Amino acid sequence: MKRTAPMFQDYLRPDKRFPSVWCPGCGNGVVLGCILRAIHALDIPRDKVALISGIGCSGRMPVYADFNTLHTTHGRALAFATGLKLARPDLYVIVVMGDGDAMAIGGNHFIHTCRRNVNLTAIVVNNRIYGMTGGQCSPTTPSDLIASTATYGNIDQPIDICHLAALAGAAFVGRSTVYHVRELEKIITKGLDKKGLAVIEAVSNCHTYYGRLNKIGRATDMFKWMKEETAPITVVPEKRKGKITRGIFMDKDTVGFIQHYEQLVEKAIKNMEMLRQWKKKRLGPDINAKKAQVANNT
Amino acid sequence: MGLKLKSKPISELEYIKWDPEKVVYAFSQGNETCAESAVLAGCDFFGGYPITPSSEIAEVLSRRMPQEGRVFVQMEDEIASMASIIGASLGGARTMTATSGPGFSLMQENLGYAITTEIPCVIVNVQRLGPSTGGPTSPSQSDYMQVKWGTHGDHPIIALSPSTIQEVMELTIVSFDFAERYRTPVILLMDEVTGHMREKVGYPRQEDISIFTRSNELPESGDYKPYDLSVKSGVPPLISFGEGVRYHVTGLIHDEYGFPTRNRKEIRDWYDRIYRKIDNGLDRILRYDLYNLEDADTVIISFGISARTGLEAMIQARKKGRKVGMVKLLTLVPLPEEMLKEVIANVDRVIIPEMNRGQLILDIERLNKKGIDIIPVNRYDGEIISPGDVLDAIGGC
Ligand SMILES: Cc1ncc(C[n+]2csc(CCOP(=O)(O)OP(=O)(O)O)c2C)c(N)n1
Ligand code: SF4
Repeated sequence: MKRTAPMFQDYLRPDKRFPSVWCPGCGNGVVLGCILRAIHALDIPRDKVALISGIGCSGRMPVYADFNTLHTTHGRALAFATGLKLARPDLYVIVVMGDGDAMAIGGNHFIHTCRRNVNLTAIVVNNRIYGMTGGQCSPTTPSDLIASTATYGNIDQPIDICHLAALAGAAFVGRSTVYHVRELEKIITKGLDKKGLAVIEAVSNCHTYYGRLNKIGRATDMFKWMKEETAPITVVPEKRKGKITRGIFMDKDTVGFIQHYEQLVEKAIKNMEMLRQWKKKRLGPDINAKKAQVANNT
Repeated sequence: MGLKLKSKPISELEYIKWDPEKVVYAFSQGNETCAESAVLAGCDFFGGYPITPSSEIAEVLSRRMPQEGRVFVQMEDEIASMASIIGASLGGARTMTATSGPGFSLMQENLGYAITTEIPCVIVNVQRLGPSTGGPTSPSQSDYMQVKWGTHGDHPIIALSPSTIQEVMELTIVSFDFAERYRTPVILLMDEVTGHMREKVGYPRQEDISIFTRSNELPESGDYKPYDLSVKSGVPPLISFGEGVRYHVTGLIHDEYGFPTRNRKEIRDWYDRIYRKIDNGLDRILRYDLYNLEDADTVIISFGISARTGLEAMIQARKKGRKVGMVKLLTLVPLPEEMLKEVIANVDRVIIPEMNRGQLILDIERLNKKGIDIIPVNRYDGEIISPGDVLDAIGGC
C-alpha cells in the first residue's frame, strides 16, 4: 500500500469544475478526499475506477473527480453500477449516495444489491436530511428532530443503514464520520479491497439545514457533535450507550455476485455440452440439417 | 392517382446475409424468437423483471445467455432493469430488457436518462391492455403514444413494430443496430399476439449478421467530446467506460464534454443535435411495406398484429374488385411522414385499424391536409380486430 500523500490535483478536474457546489464546511468534500486517498493507497489506476452517484449534494461528487464518472438518477445509482460492474468486472466501481438517495427512493435497490452481494463499494453519506432540496425529512432523520417537512418534529423512526446492509447480505459493512477522517479513509480502503459488496456509512454534516433547523450550529459545532456523540465499536457497550457506533460491523469471507455468475456460466456451458452429446446420440450428427428438413416438410 | 411509392423493406438494410443453404427453420414463438435473435445480434447483457406477456424473453435468455458466457440478471424491478442495461451499455455491452405496460411505465424515468446521455439500449414492450395492471394476457396496441411521450421532456426516440414472427427476428437485430448507430434507446413494440403466436421463422447464422459496432477509438486530437456538436451526422462516437478515456456522464443537460451546463446556447444546441441525429438517419430508420398502392383509392394504414388483419382485409376486398391498398408500418416512431403525406394526397380515404381507442390516427390526421376521410377501426376489449371489421369499414364488400 502506498502511504505517500496523494497529489489531489492528479485525481481531480481542477481546470473544469471548481469551486464546488457545496456549502463551505460540508462533509461531502471530506468523503471525496477519503475516497481519493483510498484509491491512491491501493494504487488503482484512474482508468480503472468508475465513480457513480445518485442525485443530491453527495451526488455531485463524481463531477469533480477524474475517473469514469456517472451521475445517475435519484436512488438508482446501485442498479446502474450493477450493470456496469457485470459488463466490466475489471473496473473498481464506487457508488456514492445520500441517505435519502440510498434509503428512501433507492431503498429497494439497496436491499437487493446487498442480497446479490454485487462486487461494488457503496458509500452512503448520511447527513440525516435532504441537503440538495432544502432540508426535508429523510429516512435517517432521528425521531422528534426538525426538518423543513417535519416542522413539528419527525414522527418516524430512523433507519440504521449499517444494520440493514448487514442483514440484507452485504459482505462488508462499516461506519465512521467525516470528523474521524483517518478512520473513514481506512474503512473505505478496506471496503475497496473487498470481494462482494462493501457498504460504508459516512456520517456527515449538513449544517446548512440539519444543523441550523435543529440548533446544533455551524460546521465546526457539528464536527464537535460527531466527536462527542459517537464511540468506536472497540469500547465496552456501556460507553457506547445512546451514541452512534463507529467501526466495522461485518467482514464476511465470501465471494461476490461476479464469482457466483462465473460459476453459473461454467455450469450452463457444461449442461449445453451434455445436451449436445445426448442429442447427437439420439438424432445423429447433423441436427440442424434434420431440423431444417422437418421444418421444410411441414 | 397512380402512386409510384416504393416499399422500404427491412431486407434493404442488409444486416443479414441470407444464405439459403444455411438458414435454419424453426416453428417459434414471438417472445422466444425475440430472445434468440437478441443472442444472434450479439446482446451481451439482459437485465429484466418478469411480466406477462413478455416473460418468455427473460426465461429463454436466463438459459441462453450463460451458455454464451454473457450476462442475464433478474433485477428487483423495471426501474432497476432499465438502469442496469444503461450501466452495462456504458461498459461496452449490447444490452436489452423486456417488459409490458406496467413495467414500461416504471422504465420511463431511466429511459429518459438513456435518451439524455445517449446510451444505446433496446427495450422490448410486449403490449397488453392498460392503464395500470390492465389486462395481463390480452393483446393491445395502446402504448403507441407512451412510446413517443412516456418520459418527460422534449425528445426523439425510435420504435419498431413487427407483425410477423419473421419480422420479430429481423427487427430485433435492427433494433440493436439502430441503438448503437444513433446512440439512442430503441423500443421494439410488440403485442401479446406477436409475443405468443408461433410461426415458421428462418434464422441466419451468427456470422451472417453484421451490425453497427462501437469503435472505442480515441479521436486523433486526443480531445474526446462525448457530446460533440460538430459531428456532421449528429452522432458523436461513444467510447465505453474503462477504455482509457475518462469523462463525465450525467442526466443533467450537459455541454460537449458531458458536464452540466446552464449556457442557453449549449442547451439549445444539444436539443437540436439529438433531434438532428435522428432526422439525418431517416433514410435508414424509416421502414415500411406498401401493397397495391398503384391504383388504390382506399388505403389501410396499420402496424403490428393489426397490420396482419389489414392485409387480409385488403386481399378479400381486392377479390371483390375494390381498389384497396395497404401501408404496413415497421418503423412507428418516427413516422414516415413524407410517404404518408403522399399516400393521403393520392387516395380518397384511409382506414386505420388499431387495438386502442385511436392513437396512431391522431398522428395520421395531422398529415391530412386535403381533408380526406380517415376512418378508425378500433378494438379495445382484449380481442384482435378481424378482417371482417376492416371490410365493414371499407363498405360494400
Ligand atoms: C425522482 C426524483 N424525485 C425527487 C427528486 C428531487 N431530489 C433531488 S435530491 C433529493 C434528496 C437529496 O437528499 P439525500 O439523498 O439525502 O442527499 P443530500 O443532498 O443530502 O446529499 C431529492 C428529493 C429527484 N431529483 N428525482
Ligand atoms: S446543503 Fe448541506 S449537504 Fe448540501 S452542500 Fe450544503 S451543507 Fe452540504
